[in-house]
Amino acid sequence: MKLAARETIDSFVKAAFRTTGLLVIVILGGIFVMLLWNTIAFFAHIKPLDFITATQWNPGGNRASYGILPLMVSTGIVTLGAMMIAIPLGIGTAAFMSEYANSRLRNILKPMIEMLAAVPSVAIGFLGIVIVGPEIAKLAHQANGLNALNGAVLLAIMALPTIITVTEDALQALPVSYREASYSVGANRWQTLRKVIIPAAAPGIIAAVMLGVGRAIGETMTVLMATGNASAFPKGFFHSVRTITATIAIEMGEVPYQTTHYYALFAIAAVLFLITLLVNLAGEYFVNRYRKYQAT
Amino acid sequence: MNEAIIKLSAQGLNLWFGNKHVLKNVSVTFPEKQVTALIGPSGCGKSTLLRCFNRMHDLSPDARIEGKIMLENEDLYDKKISVTEVRKRVGMVFQKANPFPKSIYENINYGLKINDIPSKERPAIIERALKESYLWEEVKDELKKPATRMSGGQQQRLCIARTVALRPEVILMDEPCSALDPISTRKVEELIVQLKKQYTIVIVTHNMQQAQRIADQTIFMYLGEVVEEGRTDDIFNHPQKDLTKNYVSGHFG
Repeated sequence: MKLAARETIDSFVKAAFRTTGLLVIVILGGIFVMLLWNTIAFFAHIKPLDFITATQWNPGGNRASYGILPLMVSTGIVTLGAMMIAIPLGIGTAAFMSEYANSRLRNILKPMIEMLAAVPSVAIGFLGIVIVGPEIAKLAHQANGLNALNGAVLLAIMALPTIITVTEDALQALPVSYREASYSVGANRWQTLRKVIIPAAAPGIIAAVMLGVGRAIGETMTVLMATGNASAFPKGFFHSVRTITATIAIEMGEVPYQTTHYYALFAIAAVLFLITLLVNLAGEYFVNRYRKYQAT
Repeated sequence: MNEAIIKLSAQGLNLWFGNKHVLKNVSVTFPEKQVTALIGPSGCGKSTLLRCFNRMHDLSPDARIEGKIMLENEDLYDKKISVTEVRKRVGMVFQKANPFPKSIYENINYGLKINDIPSKERPAIIERALKESYLWEEVKDELKKPATRMSGGQQQRLCIARTVALRPEVILMDEPCSALDPISTRKVEELIVQLKKQYTIVIVTHNMQQAQRIADQTIFMYLGEVVEEGRTDDIFNHPQKDLTKNYVSGHFG
C-alpha cells in the first residue's frame, strides 16, 4: 500500500514537472505565433519592401511611413557603442579578478559587481539624464546630451556585470594545468593570459559578450530615458536616436487597436526577436568552433 | 654522490605552505646527464621539492622558501635571475598530460614564440622535437589536429616534445606515467633513457620498478626529509636505513 502510494506520488511529480517544462515551449511558441500573426496582418497593409527600405518612421502623419531602418540603425548604434565600451572593460576586469587579484580583493569585487546588476534600469536612466548626458553635452558643446552616446554609456554599465561575471567564470573554470603548462615553458602572466587563457576560455567569453549584446538590444527603459527619441534618421553617436524597444514602449500605449500602426509595432517587435535569435545563433557558432580544441 | 658533474642541487632547503612545514632542511644533488628518481610515500614532499627547481611555487602566495637551489653556479632564487629564464632552462613535464587546447604544431610553437625564437627556425625545431620524442612518425601528417584528440600517451610525449624543443638544461618530470597504460609507459620510459644523453632528468615516481628501470640515482624521501640518496642499485638492494628498506620492499607507502 505504502509502496503504491510512493509510485503514485512519483508519477504525479513527473507529470507536474513535465507540464512546467512543456509550458515554457507553449509560452515561447505562443509569443512567436502572436508576433508572426500580427506581422502578417501588417504586411497586408504595407509592402514588406517599403517596411525595409523606407527611411522614415512616421506613423502619425498624413502620409504615414513605416520604415524600420532608422529604428534598426538606432538600436545598432547604441548597442555597438555599448559593446565597444563594455567588452574591453568587462574582459579586462574579469582577467584582473581571475589572474592578478588576490583572493581578498576578488571577494570584495565580485559581490560589488553583482550588485551593479541589481540597479534598476530606471535608476540608470536617471543617471543618464542628470549626470552622463549633461557631461556629454558639455564635452560636445551641444544643448543637451540625450543622444546615442549617452545610451551607449548607460547600456555598457548595464551589460558590464553580465560580461564580467560570465567571463570570470569561464576563466576560472579552466584547469590550472593550462597555466602551469604555459608558465613551465617560460611564459609570463600576460603571455599566458593572452595566448592560452583567453583563447581557451573563448567560448565562455563569446557567450558573455552575446549575453551582453542581448541585454543591450532588448533594454528599453534606459534608452527611452537617455537617448532623446527623435524620430529623424540617426546620424551618429552625438545625435538623438530612437531604438526599436523605445518606439514600441512609447507608441504601444496610445495606438488604436488593430490599426496599421498597431500591427506595425508587432512587426518591429518580430524583427527585434529575429535579431536576438541571430545573435544567439552566432554565439553558438563561435562556441562550437573553439570547442573542438577543448579537452573532453 | 659520484664523480659526475653536479648540475642541480638544493642546499638546506625549507618550504612552508602557510604554517605547514613541508620540506625540512633538504640537501640533494643531481648529476649531469643522469636520471635521478625521487621516491617516497604520498605527501612526503617529492612533487613539492620538484616544483622548487623551476620556481612553480612562485604562483602560490602562501608558499615560503628558505635555502638555496643552484643550477650549476647560479642561485635560481637570486633576485637578478628572471623566473621565465629559470623555467626555460629547467623544463617540466606534469603528472597529467596537459597539452594546450591548440593544434599539435602550435603546442610546441607556443614555447618557441614565447622565447623569441625566429619564425624561420621554428618548423625545423618542431620537427626535431617531435622526432626526439618519437612522435614524428605518428603525427607528421596531422600536425594541425587538436592535441586533445591524441591518445593519453601521445599527449604526454607531446608535452615532452614541447619541453625539449626549448633545449632546457634540466627536465623535471612529475609522475609522467601515472595516467598511462603499460605500453605508453614503456614508450615514455624508453624516451627518458634516450633523453638523458642530452639532459639532466629528475623524475618523481610512485612506481618502484620504474625507478629501477630508468634511474641512475634514487632519492628516498619521507615526511619532508631526505632519508637516503645514492645509486639506484644501492637504494633498492643495499639500503643503509631501515626506513628505506621497508619502503622499497613494500612494507609501507
